[in-house]
Amino acid sequence: MTEHVELRHGAYADSVTLLQVSRTVQDEAGVVAAQVAMATPLNLEVLAGMGFTVPAAAPDDLVVALRLDESAELDSVLAAVDAALSRSTAPSGGTTEHAPPRTTATALRLAPQALVLVSVPGAHALVEAVDALDAGSDVMVFSDNVPLAQEVALKRMASERHLLVMGPDCGTAVVGGLGLGFANVTSPGPVGIVAASGTGCQQLLALLDHAGVGVSSALGVGGRDLSAEVRGLSTRTALTRLDADPGVELIVLVSKPPASDVAAEIEEYADSLATPVELALLGPGQPDLTAAAESVLRRLDRDVPAWPVTGSADAPLLPDGSILRGLFVGGTLCEESRLIAGELLGADRVDLVDFGADELTGGRAHPMIDPTLRLEQLSRAAADVRTGVVLLDVVLGHGAEPDPSALLAPAVTAAERPVVVSVVGTAHDPQDLDRQVRILAEAGAEVHLSNATATRRAVELLGGGR
Amino acid sequence: MTAPDHVVGVGVDLLADAIEAQAVDVTRVDWRPPMPGTEAGLATVAADPRRRAANEEAVARMLRVQAMLVDVGPASAILGLEPGHFLHAGPPITWDRASGPLRGALMGAAALEGLVDDPEDAGPLFERGQHVSLEPCHHRGAVGPMAGVVTPSMWMFVLEDPDTGARTHCTLNEGLGKVLRYGAYAPEVLDRLRWMAGVLGPLLQAAVRSSGPVDVTGILTQMLQMGDEAHNRNRAGTLMLMRDLAPALVSAAADAGFTTDDVADALRFVGGNDHFFLNLAMPACKLALDAARDIPGSTMVVAMARNGTDFGIQVSGTGDEWFTGPAQLADGLFLGDYGPDDANPDIGDSAITETAGIGGFAMATAPAIVRLVGGSVPDALATTRRMHEITLAENPRWSVPVLEFQGVPTGIDVTRVCRTGVLPQINTGMAGRVAGVGQVGAGLVTPPAEVFPTALARLAELAAAAD
Repeated sequence: MTEHVELRHGAYADSVTLLQVSRTVQDEAGVVAAQVAMATPLNLEVLAGMGFTVPAAAPDDLVVALRLDESAELDSVLAAVDAALSRSTAPSGGTTEHAPPRTTATALRLAPQALVLVSVPGAHALVEAVDALDAGSDVMVFSDNVPLAQEVALKRMASERHLLVMGPDCGTAVVGGLGLGFANVTSPGPVGIVAASGTGCQQLLALLDHAGVGVSSALGVGGRDLSAEVRGLSTRTALTRLDADPGVELIVLVSKPPASDVAAEIEEYADSLATPVELALLGPGQPDLTAAAESVLRRLDRDVPAWPVTGSADAPLLPDGSILRGLFVGGTLCEESRLIAGELLGADRVDLVDFGADELTGGRAHPMIDPTLRLEQLSRAAADVRTGVVLLDVVLGHGAEPDPSALLAPAVTAAERPVVVSVVGTAHDPQDLDRQVRILAEAGAEVHLSNATATRRAVELLGGGR
Repeated sequence: MTAPDHVVGVGVDLLADAIEAQAVDVTRVDWRPPMPGTEAGLATVAADPRRRAANEEAVARMLRVQAMLVDVGPASAILGLEPGHFLHAGPPITWDRASGPLRGALMGAAALEGLVDDPEDAGPLFERGQHVSLEPCHHRGAVGPMAGVVTPSMWMFVLEDPDTGARTHCTLNEGLGKVLRYGAYAPEVLDRLRWMAGVLGPLLQAAVRSSGPVDVTGILTQMLQMGDEAHNRNRAGTLMLMRDLAPALVSAAADAGFTTDDVADALRFVGGNDHFFLNLAMPACKLALDAARDIPGSTMVVAMARNGTDFGIQVSGTGDEWFTGPAQLADGLFLGDYGPDDANPDIGDSAITETAGIGGFAMATAPAIVRLVGGSVPDALATTRRMHEITLAENPRWSVPVLEFQGVPTGIDVTRVCRTGVLPQINTGMAGRVAGVGQVGAGLVTPPAEVFPTALARLAELAAAAD
């Protein structure tokens, strides 16, 4: 067994690209383990977990870590690393005379009026987003790990200029039918969504789609927009935009639990608009996302369908299995389950992890793209005899993994205990919703479209629901 | 809301792919991390509420300036220079740190002013420093190519912006080869300077005063469309200046006490010196950039200058402070038997042309000289395009025909240099490192990278203080 660890200064590639490079290199003959990643604290931890010893490194250094068996030639594997890296970083055509733009400002000179989508590492996101505002463009900031003070500064600047900042940490948006980030495929329709919650928005899109109601725009504003610091700066702009759209009959505002005084201010602002606003602000004692979707349907005089359930969680409960283990890729879905299960089971029987949280994504792709960390944790949860029921979410749509169930299904079967999954997606999502649901159901999971019903079912399987 | 028909994507390619899959065009930014240690400063300056308007104001003021040649006269009268007072190129420097060519030029100038008989004897004068003082040209409203040494008896062009009355100044160009500005001080160098002060300067003065002001900015506009980039190639500009001044020079000569042979000598000298116009291009650029100085919050570079030892920049939002680092060696071609070991580090105020968007920044418009500085035509096009990455605007007057008449990249932005790591590209002559040698080559050079993070840190400090 040979180990090779090297640092490359001044080499940079984004986390998704490096994920692809790592996978390509892993497939080389004789490679036992390979990780090509930026040396962020999180990635260094992952590398240590894989048993690699990495010398002192800065986050801008690229780490190449390889473990090879006797059959492998280090030189040829390194050549494969270089080939994979250069393939991924080669400019997409053109000569050196027409080098691609290096900043958002330059790109906007070539394409004025364009919408800007920022997904660079969080520490660098403000600068690119300000380029957009300086050029008079709206901007979606997909990046997470953006300091709160920078978010406030950015949104103040945007607010003064009547421009919209979607984000930071905005995973999902639909602008006039165009899906950005992890957006689901929806039909045009009478609903406009303002979402301080990415997967909360996706849950609404999925439920409304199932009920046959389209959504014309879903403007994400970032999970902290209704916090005491940000005070709904982007929410106000987004509400104003949707209010001005003649195609929007009903606006839904969905948010992670907001600061209460900010919620009151926004409610007052919403009341001043010509278009009615349905508030779906999560919190203790508040309606869950599914209840909010049902309320929307009733306000639009539509029938509320039965939310689909496929398969059944047949595996028996283990004797010591009393804990609900939830492993989520969706932050709001995790939050919703915590509210529901916490109330029914008590906090000490509920153990939920959000793999999309800032501290688990520094220098790594989002778990909707890179499932590695959650799959590892799932096998650990299955090895723990106290794990009673496993609760998972799978989020479909543009940008997300092409076939998430394929990797998850064997782990569901291997868990050998009841597994409940919410698969959040619409009928026309690229992953094929029906197929994803079927694969998980065949692997032994009970699959719901509604995360709230999935959570209640998991609690019920644990004998909760007092 | 309607769907955008174009998206700019900066960051993860996968997200751009997902948009293209929905049949919407995406312009992808080739993003890379900024220069080390600049992250926090970049965020602070980007969020500075004064920045955008300040930079717009800096660019607008700069582009409004019209540089007119209004007079020619000796530095003693025009700048009030006293005997023993020496101006030089670049940021401030003392004799003990001065490089060979700057020392050579100072020694020659000391002899020219009669402070010593033989230039070789001038060393002790500067070492003692009792009766001499050194000051940057930039501190006196002037710019000087290469060593940039100015003394009271040297004649200077006076440029003025008619709207504001602001003025800048520059000596008359001596030609190429063994000349004072490259550090040569042989007898023929000093003889030439004496003739320039005795005949050429007064003739030009008479011509300018009788013809009326010459529109230097206008000549720059035209010469950029005639293959000059106005730093290493000034051939068309020089001939246009002759065209504008020759009739008045001929008619005014007699009254000024000069013979027809003097006129012929002057015209032959100017016509035979392809760089004559450089000494008008430089003060024209300084006049424009000076208008953009001292705007709080502006991140625009208003001067880049080298003294042969240090490379310094000044920034609009940071006042008169110089941010300096070691001057670099140019990469290019050498005259005769000279080689890299013979070259002095970068020297001269002529990088004011690049600061104003011409010279290396307008390389695409001067394909005739790409080989002189060791490049190719595609390199030249790529260079001008690349400079748009680090500049705030395009100059609508100064356009490049081969790039579809796109304006030259104008207003270097400290933040964009730090973000991209793209350094300003400067075309330059190379002086011999030993005093007295003169020019040894020409080539391309950049500032030392560290001056930009240093300037950024100061901008961030001022932005935080203003908050």
